[in-house]
Amino acid sequence: MTLELSHYNAALLFALCASTVFGITQRNTPRDMLKYGSYCFVLFAGGVIVASWAMWLIKH
Amino acid sequence: MAQNTTTINRRTGETNASAGSMATIAPLAGWLVPGLGHFIQRRYVRGALILAAVFIMFFAGLGMQGKVYSFNTGDLLDILGFVGDLGSGVLYFLARSMDWGAGNIHRAVADYGTKYIVVAGLLNIIAAVDAHHIAIGKKP
Repeated sequence: MTLELSHYNAALLFALCASTVFGITQRNTPRDMLKYGSYCFVLFAGGVIVASWAMWLIKH
Repeated sequence: MAQNTTTINRRTGETNASAGSMATIAPLAGWLVPGLGHFIQRRYVRGALILAAVFIMFFAGLGMQGKVYSFNTGDLLDILGFVGDLGSGVLYFLARSMDWGAGNIHRAVADYGTKYIVVAGLLNIIAAVDAHHIAIGKKP
């Protein structure tokens, strides 16, 4: 079985899984876990977009 | 009165012994099977989410034709890759026994897959440490 993911989708899947575990392990209450997990996901996904634009600017 | 105090002390001792053994068993179980350290402490939702996250990352990595490292004493990054992979516990041993994760240097995404597999192991180690913290009462 081969999984065909674009680079962006691969980064999003990575962000989703990593932020889920970060949220559960780094906070104590379910509400804080959800908030922190969401925060990590936004940072992961946002970081990818910012890095992408930075590379585009460097290239042009 | 003295008898009551003795009973309380005995019960407290039993609880401490139970918590002490759980502090060892929970992280080991959590390492071996992702999420099991939380399951045996009745944190079912957390355990299920950890199980899902680690399984998805590990098998997505294999699906992207990522490499599963074997024990080596060569390049430092290869050694660290092995340590990271080993964090997945039973998933790592399953992959090694089934000869999965040969890697594919012709696909760029396969390199992502290798990182997925390493990070799945690292996340599982974080989760196992979290199970230990729950067992010792540091976390609810």
